[in-house]
Amino acid sequence: MPRMTMIEAIRDAMHVTMAQDPNVVVFGEDVGYFGGVFRCTQGLQQKFGRSRCFDAPINESGIIGAAVGMAAYGLRPCVEIQFADYVYPGYDQIVSEAARLRYRSNGDFTAPLTIRMPTGGGIHGGQTHSQSPEALFTHVSGLKTVVPSNPYDAKGLLIASIEDDDPVIFLEPKRLYNGPFDGHHDRPVTPWAKHPLGDVPEGHYTVPLGKAVVRRPGKAVTVLAYGTMVHVAEAAAEETGIDAEVIDLRTLLPLDLDTITTSVTKTGRCVVVHEATLTSGFGAELCALVQEHCFYSLEKPIARVAGWDTPYPHAQEWDYFPGPKRIGEALINAMEG
Amino acid sequence: MAGAATQKSTSSRGKSTAARSTRSTKKSTSSEPSVEQLVDYYRDMLVIRRFEEKAGQLYGMGLIGGFCHLYIGQEAVVVGMQAAIGEGDTVVTSYRDHGHMLATGMEARGVMAELTGRIGGYSRGKGGSMHMFSREKNFFGGHGIVGAQVPIGTGLAFNHRYRGSDRVSLTYMGDGAVNQGQVYESFNMAALWKLPVIFIIENNKYGMGTSVTRAAAGPSLAERGHAYGIPGEEIDGMSVTAVKAAGDKAVAYCRAGKGPYILEMKTYRYRGHSMSDPAKYRSKEEVNKMRQEHDPIDSLRRVLIERKVDEETLKKVDREVKDLVTDAADFAQQSPEPDVAELWTDILVEA
Repeated sequence: MPRMTMIEAIRDAMHVTMAQDPNVVVFGEDVGYFGGVFRCTQGLQQKFGRSRCFDAPINESGIIGAAVGMAAYGLRPCVEIQFADYVYPGYDQIVSEAARLRYRSNGDFTAPLTIRMPTGGGIHGGQTHSQSPEALFTHVSGLKTVVPSNPYDAKGLLIASIEDDDPVIFLEPKRLYNGPFDGHHDRPVTPWAKHPLGDVPEGHYTVPLGKAVVRRPGKAVTVLAYGTMVHVAEAAAEETGIDAEVIDLRTLLPLDLDTITTSVTKTGRCVVVHEATLTSGFGAELCALVQEHCFYSLEKPIARVAGWDTPYPHAQEWDYFPGPKRIGEALINAMEG
Repeated sequence: MAGAATQKSTSSRGKSTAARSTRSTKKSTSSEPSVEQLVDYYRDMLVIRRFEEKAGQLYGMGLIGGFCHLYIGQEAVVVGMQAAIGEGDTVVTSYRDHGHMLATGMEARGVMAELTGRIGGYSRGKGGSMHMFSREKNFFGGHGIVGAQVPIGTGLAFNHRYRGSDRVSLTYMGDGAVNQGQVYESFNMAALWKLPVIFIIENNKYGMGTSVTRAAAGPSLAERGHAYGIPGEEIDGMSVTAVKAAGDKAVAYCRAGKGPYILEMKTYRYRGHSMSDPAKYRSKEEVNKMRQEHDPIDSLRRVLIERKVDEETLKKVDREVKDLVTDAADFAQQSPEPDVAELWTDILVEA
C-alpha cells in the first residue's frame, strides 16, 4: 500500500473522482498552473486539462457563487479556498445560497459542491492564516462539515464529500499536511510515512460522512477531538498515563452522537478539545449534547480545552495553541474526585 | 389535479388546466415579431401585470405576509428577453422575481400559493416570494441577497460551455446590485472564461429608496463591463419589441462563443420597492408620466390595434388572463398550509 502525506492523499482523492466522473471540476486561486499553495492540486491540470482544473481570480465570493451555479446545474465542483481565513468574502454564498438551495427549491435544486480549505494554526501564520472557523459552518443548517486527521481519512472523506449530494465544508488541518503533529513544536514531526494512517489504498474508497472513530481505546475518560487535536490528545494520554479514550469525530455535521454517548456512558468523564476559540466554539455544542444524553453517567463536569478568546496571536503561539500540556492537565483534573 | 407543487416527486407543474399552453411551444426567432407573437407578448405581460395586482390585493388582505416586491411596470423586460431565448437556456434573478417565474412558464397557481405560504407553492410554502425555483423551466431562483445571484448565473453559464452546448444564461440584476463587488468578480470571470452569460441590468431608477444617481458613479450602467471588454447597451426597457431585438442580438453573440454581454434595460416600477414602501422618494407626477406615456402594455395594445388586431381578440385575452389569475388566487387561498413536519424536510439529502 502506498505511503502518502495528507497532501498526497487529498490530491489522490481529487484524481480518483475526476477520473471517474467528468462532472467533477477543480478550481480556485493558484490551483491550476501552480498546483495550489500547499500543492494539493499539483499535476491535476496536466492530467485532466484546463477545462477541468483551472485557476480562478482572487475572488472568493465569485468562486463559491459560480460553484453554486455549476453544482445546481449538475457539475460537482471541488473548489479550494486558499486558507480558511479567506473564506469570509464568500460566506454569504455558502450560507444564503449553497446551504439553502435545497430547502427553498423544495428539493428541486441542490448544491453538491465541496469547499476545501486549509484550517488551523501552529504555523506562525498570525491571525489571517491560522484560524479554525468550523463553528461558523456547523451553525448553518444545510451544510456538512468535515475535518480529517490523517491521510487515510482525508482521502476517503474527500471522495465521500465530492460524491455527496450536499455542500460539504472540508477543513484540512494544515499542521497535519506533512505529519501527525502532536503539539510538541520543539521536536521534529514524525513523517506520515512512519504512521500507520499514512498507508493509503490506491483507487476508490470512502470513509462515510457522519461516522466517528475511537482512535485510542480507554476506560478512564473520553476525549472528543478532531483534526490536529486528535494527535495532541493521544500524546497527552500517553504522557500522563491516563487511560483516556480518544474519539476522532471526523465529521462535525452530521455528528456521530452514538459513538460519543457510548464512550461517555462507559467512562463517566469527558474532555472536549479544539483549536478554535472557546466561546461559542463547536465544543460548546458537544458539551450540551453530552450533558443532555449522558447526564446521569457523568462523574464530573465536562471540561473544555480550546484556543483562547483572543485573535490568533503571532507571538506566544504555543501558549494559545492547546498543546499536550494543557490537555494533560485537563485529563488529570478530570480524574480527580 | 391538486395544483402546482403538492407532490415534489411528480412532474405535475406546468400541466394544470390553468397553465398557458402557448408558453412551452413558443419558439424564439430573431426576425421581426409577427402579429401572433405580439399578441403572445401582450398576453404574457398582462399575466404578470394582473398577477402582481392580485398579489398586491392579497397582501392588503393579510393573505400574503412579509416581503413582496411587485414587478408592475417592468413587464416588457422579462417578456422580451424570454422571447429571445429557447429550450435549455437558463434564467436566474434576484428578489423581484414573480414576473420572471411566470415568463419562464411556471404556473401562476404555484407561484401565488408560494406567496401565501401554502403547500401548493413551488417551495411548499417554505421559500416565499423571493425564493422559488423550477428545474423543469430552467429557472434558478429567486435570490433574496442583492447581487448574490450574479456569480451563480456565471456558474450556470460555465455549465453551458463545459457541456459544449450553445445555451445561454440570462442573469438579471437591478440597478442597486451593480455596485456589489461580486458583480465585478462575475464580469471578470465571465469575460476571462468567455462564458455565455447575458447580464441584464433592470434599471428601474431606484434601489429601494435611493435614486440610481445617488448610488452609482459613472454615466451609464451599460458601460460597467467595459474594463473587462464586455459590450454593453442601453435599451428601452418599456418596449417589448426593443427588448426582444436587443435580446436577439445579445443571445446570438453569446451563442457564437464570444463571451458575456451586458444589457441595461431602462425601465420603471410603478409600485414601491416592497409593499411597505410609500415611495416618497419620487413624485406622483414622475410615476404618472411613466404610466401614461410609456406603459409597455398600453403601448403594445395600441400597436396591435394599428396592426388590425380586433378589439374582441384582445378582450378575449384580457378575460383569459383574468380567469387565470383568479384561479391562481383561489388556489393560493384553498391550498393548505404545510404541516410543521414539512419544515424539517429538504435540509440535507434524506436517506
